Amino acid sequence: MKRFSFSSFMLIAGMAFIYLPMLILVIYSFNASRLVTVWGGWSMHWYFGLLDNAQLMNAVGRSLEIACYTAIAATALGTLAALVLTRIPRFRGRTLFGGMVTAPLVMPEVITGLSLLLLFVAMGQLIGWPAERGLMTIWIAHTTFCTAYVAIVVSARLRELDLSIEEAAMDLGARPWKVFFLITIPMIAPSLAAGAMMSFALSLDDLVLASFVSGPGSTTLPMEIFSAVRLGVKPEINAVASLILLVVSLFTFCAWYFSRRAEEHRKRAIQQAMEETVKGA
Amino acid sequence: MNALKRLLPSGRHCVIGVPFFWLLLFFLLPFVIVLKISFAEVDVAIPPYTEIVTWVDNQLTVLLNLGNYVFLSEDELYLAAYLGSLKIATLSTLLCLLIGYPMAYAISRASKEMQTVWLLLVMMPTWTAILIRVYAWMGILSNNGLLNALLQSLGLIDEPLQILNTDLAVYIGIVYAYLPFMVLPLYANLVKHDPSLLEAAADLGAHHLTSFWKITVPLSKNGIIAGCMLVFIPVVGEFVIPELLGGPETLMIGKVLWQEFFNNRDWPVAAALAVVMLAILLVPIILFNRNQAKELEGKL
Repeated sequence: MKRFSFSSFMLIAGMAFIYLPMLILVIYSFNASRLVTVWGGWSMHWYFGLLDNAQLMNAVGRSLEIACYTAIAATALGTLAALVLTRIPRFRGRTLFGGMVTAPLVMPEVITGLSLLLLFVAMGQLIGWPAERGLMTIWIAHTTFCTAYVAIVVSARLRELDLSIEEAAMDLGARPWKVFFLITIPMIAPSLAAGAMMSFALSLDDLVLASFVSGPGSTTLPMEIFSAVRLGVKPEINAVASLILLVVSLFTFCAWYFSRRAEEHRKRAIQQAMEETVKGA
Repeated sequence: MNALKRLLPSGRHCVIGVPFFWLLLFFLLPFVIVLKISFAEVDVAIPPYTEIVTWVDNQLTVLLNLGNYVFLSEDELYLAAYLGSLKIATLSTLLCLLIGYPMAYAISRASKEMQTVWLLLVMMPTWTAILIRVYAWMGILSNNGLLNALLQSLGLIDEPLQILNTDLAVYIGIVYAYLPFMVLPLYANLVKHDPSLLEAAADLGAHHLTSFWKITVPLSKNGIIAGCMLVFIPVVGEFVIPELLGGPETLMIGKVLWQEFFNNRDWPVAAALAVVMLAILLVPIILFNRNQAKELEGKL
């Protein structure tokens, strides 16, 4: 577009709309005044105060633990699901499977949360597991909905993969699992990393699912923040929120940077191989 | 394809089975249980509902209590909440489309390097806690917040406007939170368009607005469907935004379900509310799944 068009204006305005509130939040987290609307000069006061808040720190630890387990499990499950969706064109129940993979992307969280809780209660009555709700049940809930995101990201990558490399390896006698771990996995590694980071971030900020399936003593960070926020804006919460924004932005940026670098590396390798072929001929 | 079939022979059942079983157990089965409990009665017990299937003296009794559904249809609060949710979801989906389409269009027209930067900027908020992004607006919209202070210092208003705890704040919050989910699928679609079509239209003398309406918009139909569904369906059940930004008159079904469950501890009514919400959303969800299935198989 040569001239400054309506769509470019909307893009800039939309970005301002998305980022200004977050910027304001971060600026106000350094406000020395206890009154959140009055500017009282710069201060790190609220950040240091967080360290003394044991309840909040416990919740942070719990949330990070769940997010780690979720990232691992959702990446494994989501990759399997993506493999099934892209590589196995026909099997009984494929439509159902496809539906179950994509539906969690849009399903309202209150429905998923309530239904999972009722499942856990029914299972607890029937087979005695899970005996009580806590980290385990939150992990299961998060894994189920993050799997969908990983499956979407990974299947996009699997689809553009050059099948001839895997076929060549198999023609040379490699076992399927060996082909998968030595050839397919390294080639889709950037999308696996992106999926894992996405799951980590999604798990870290989920409030609704965790509220339904958590038990006594398993309050996560978003639940802690929510109960504080309900009563209004507080400077301590501004500080926590800014820290979370910082962590998530770093995460996103790393995911983006690594996938970009991997992509460039791949392109260079292909180009090099092509040049060598030309020279050899 | 022959070699492909050999890729997963021994582990084939395992590869399909593990994710299939997980989703069946933790995604599909729960809905069956919700349906079951929506027919139960609330009880002072742990768990707080009655069994609908009992086996006493060699008699199998299935007691379906339709009372919850009758209760939902009789109380105007629930009907108003469903309608309120649908209204807010429809309007905010339209707003997201109106704002998001030009944004996605502009990104798809940018240079390759700028595209990745813009995409990163759009994607970043989707990974950031929705709770925090909504919380940021609480400080801006409140009576003594930044927006009112700004408007007052500009002399546009004398008294602070009541924005927080109104429907307007809910709309702002929803559009803010869900805009990226509209932009991303639209961009993914728009970037695939062949520019030669537009050039051909221009050569034949079409005004660029005409070719936009007749070529770009129809071609991006699947992106529009995906974006609208990604916004509309979750917004119908949204809880966090109406709870934090809305006021007492903001009726949304997600909020009502939450209150029935956590405040009234009426699990069967909450389950019935979820069943009805799911029934309303079934058509949009199937539409979305079809669209996604095409996308997943690369048929778009």
